Amino acid sequence: MSDHTHDHPHPKQPDIEDAPFTRFQVMTEALAELLIEKDVVSADEFRAQLERMDAKSPADGARMVARAWVDPAFKERMLADVNAAAEELGLDAGHIPIRCVENTADVHNVIVCTLCSCYPRLLIGLPPDWYKSRAYRARTVKEPRAVLAEFGTEIADDVEVRVHDSTADLRYMVLPLRPAGTDGMGEADLAALVTRDSMIGVSRAKPAG
Amino acid sequence: MSDHLRKPHDLGGLDDGPVDPSEHAHAPWEKRVDSIMRLVSDKKRRILTVDELRRGIEDLGPGIYDELSYYERWISSLTNVLIEKGVVSIDELGRKMSEVEARWTADREAGP
Repeated sequence: MSDHTHDHPHPKQPDIEDAPFTRFQVMTEALAELLIEKDVVSADEFRAQLERMDAKSPADGARMVARAWVDPAFKERMLADVNAAAEELGLDAGHIPIRCVENTADVHNVIVCTLCSCYPRLLIGLPPDWYKSRAYRARTVKEPRAVLAEFGTEIADDVEVRVHDSTADLRYMVLPLRPAGTDGMGEADLAALVTRDSMIGVSRAKPAG
Repeated sequence: MSDHLRKPHDLGGLDDGPVDPSEHAHAPWEKRVDSIMRLVSDKKRRILTVDELRRGIEDLGPGIYDELSYYERWISSLTNVLIEKGVVSIDELGRKMSEVEARWTADREAGP
């Protein structure tokens, strides 16, 4: 550590110790410090937000899916209003409306945001890079079956594929098909079968066992 | 729509190669960008909206849009929009960036 001093709280060090830092990293740090100095946000709020982000995972969405599998009335409410259904379980889906689309034996839904990166991140966790990649955004609306096949999700010819393109004001999540052989399984065990990717329809829920 | 009217973010329906499914953990600085966005757009502040962030990204222009990584686009747009709104000024930002850069450089030279 250097021995210099400051009259303000010392922020964190650059993230990559051996690589040179980029101007975007410098810009990020500078903007964060300015917003704190100007009392637009407090240092505590900033820290708390970072912690909330680290805590996000697909677990909340998986819990909703598992509940919908075992409770038809809840499923109906979830299909009508995801945000309200999340609240029922004490979960925060955010204030941007989310529409749930249900996979069935006849219909397979898949979600993409062709214009940017709008996914229900409060329920499924931070989207990976490839949800936001050029290839996924460009091709999913054009050749969804080919994209799904790249992920090992083969869709039979007699199953309809529906692609939903999100916007900043309306997001989608997929209610995956309940795997066969899961009768009698409890909600927690069912939730463990629900993956992030199954909730945007790129894959199916994991098989039982 | 003919392709010459497309802006660089408008990718739906274009041809492209296979999707690269590799995952990378988000770098701490990327999480900071994300946190800044969440905070300035939250119910308490409402300083900017998701649409404004996106408009700022779309305004980056074709060359820059393709060159920058996802969170590089975000921080560029966020900073531009906050300057437009007068939340921070260009001068303040320039000074603060020099300060941060000098501090990080000094820290690095001082070693662990």
